[in-house]
Amino acid sequence: MARTTDDIASRQRPSKARQFWIALKKAPFTAKMGMGIVLLYVFVALFAPVLTPYGESEVVGSEFEPWGAKFLLGTDNLGRDMLTRLLFGARNTVGIAFVTTCLAFLIGGVSGILAAIYSGWMDQVFSRIVDILMAIPALIFSLLLLTIFGTSIPILIVIIAVLDSTRVFRLTRAVSLNVVVMDYVEAARLRGEKIPWITFREVLPNILSPLVAEFGLRFCFVFLTIASLSFLGLGIQPPTADWGSMVRDNATLITYEDITPLLPAAAIAILTVGVNFIVDWFLQKTSGLRDGQ
Amino acid sequence: MVKILHLVAQRLALGLLVLFAVSLIIFLGVSLLPGDLCQEIQGQAATPETVAVCRDELGLNLPAHTRYLHWLAGMVQGDFGTSLANKRPISELIGVRLGNTFFLAGVTAIIAVPLALILGILAALYRNSLYDRLINASTLISISFPEFFIAYILILFFSVKLHWFPSLSNVSPDTAFGDRLYHVLLPALTLTLVVLAHMMRMTRAAIINLLASPYIEMAKLKGMTRSHIILHHALPNAWAPIANVVVINLAYLIVGVVVVEVVFVYPGLGQLIVDSVQKRDIPVVQACSMIFAATYVLLNMAADIISIVTNPRLLHAR
Repeated sequence: MARTTDDIASRQRPSKARQFWIALKKAPFTAKMGMGIVLLYVFVALFAPVLTPYGESEVVGSEFEPWGAKFLLGTDNLGRDMLTRLLFGARNTVGIAFVTTCLAFLIGGVSGILAAIYSGWMDQVFSRIVDILMAIPALIFSLLLLTIFGTSIPILIVIIAVLDSTRVFRLTRAVSLNVVVMDYVEAARLRGEKIPWITFREVLPNILSPLVAEFGLRFCFVFLTIASLSFLGLGIQPPTADWGSMVRDNATLITYEDITPLLPAAAIAILTVGVNFIVDWFLQKTSGLRDGQ
Repeated sequence: MVKILHLVAQRLALGLLVLFAVSLIIFLGVSLLPGDLCQEIQGQAATPETVAVCRDELGLNLPAHTRYLHWLAGMVQGDFGTSLANKRPISELIGVRLGNTFFLAGVTAIIAVPLALILGILAALYRNSLYDRLINASTLISISFPEFFIAYILILFFSVKLHWFPSLSNVSPDTAFGDRLYHVLLPALTLTLVVLAHMMRMTRAAIINLLASPYIEMAKLKGMTRSHIILHHALPNAWAPIANVVVINLAYLIVGVVVVEVVFVYPGLGQLIVDSVQKRDIPVVQACSMIFAATYVLLNMAADIISIVTNPRLLHAR
């Protein structure tokens, strides 16, 4: 008897994992492609040392060797294997962008929710700081800060994360403002819950879906910014394999109709397109927004 | 009318306030420098004597607010101080380059803005058609591709394979106008591709938004043609949001310009700032940042003012 009611219950509402699987199967082709791309990049990033024939910054041949059996994609300006560096780039470029985005969300998200919960002067202070930071174009501001602090990976991560957290702050604050006026938040307050509880147990779960979508978009933005800075020679520094600086170092090959320098740039573009596909699907699912209208 | 003037004055005041705050951040940011600026510049070679001389030269012994006022007063008069790297006055370094950068941005705007408006209006007219979907796809591509990727693809096709344009845009002050235009066309095309999709899509969204309003329904019921409705009924009300998008994208242009100038070795302000960051030539970076930021703030302010001035509800206030 008990077993049949269990069966009925499970038929009425599939488990969370199963719901997720069904949604995944129903996803449009573009979203599946996006997920495939992201999974591939994650796989390459995790297993780069196993997949690559040579060491990350090991000089294995002469400069600018053409594509061939020994070096599938040739060698770069210092005689390092292009394929190896391309695969390691997934780890460095994507990894750094991911860490930066997480940090930006930590800073922007927490301050945004706190601004919404406390409102009043705290909200004013945070919002005005953000207004001013956003008045300076992010790339120019990061160039200025990089001049002051010098270029190294931790500094790069912190600078980009802080500049990018401004946009996360604005979004989080805006969506949280709608949530903090709800009765259940009021109830939690009257119950005597502390601010961390209200932040993480009451507000955060209810603003999660716009934040997840924003995470995808922010990741793309951060990823492109870091790639641009590296391309300018001011981001990730050699000998770390990185897609932006790989384009810069080998750009001369283009004048000989060799597309090798375009490959790292294409790797950047493909990942961004993939993430955008997923975000589009996610936005349509969670908000019923179609086509941004 | 008084109301509009009041609003515009308010925006102008706000813009000036932001400019002031920005200048303060750009100037005081340098005091965040861990340790001493002179120590940093001289690195290993620093001795207490040379550091002292250097501090004296840069006026670092004066209090921060005195230096800030001095810097600000100089900048307003076109004197940006001297470069640390080559001891030349910064205004001399900036002068020609600023013109070059504005020339590039201007050419881009002349190509991109009309093109974006026309394509965006067409997309709104033929909504959900193949053409419309093509525009959506191109938006995705243009936000996903790094600027240097687009730039190198264009170089590969137009200058390496077809030999139509030079891959380096090295213009000098005495290059003739036509020649200059020819050299700047490929970078301008790159920037156009970067900003076009967003402008186009916002134009489309602005018009589609308006098409849902009752007075458009009325015009339709009167039996007017689609193109007449869009051009004569929807567009006049869409100018404000469209102008806003155009100006915001122009503001974006001045940032995109940095990467594109480096790719094409175009002697503009963007290249100067990148070079100076590498040399850690702080006064030059400060000056360039201030110019970029000021342009950005002024353009955003212009966007605000345009949307106030073109708002029909404010123009014909009762």
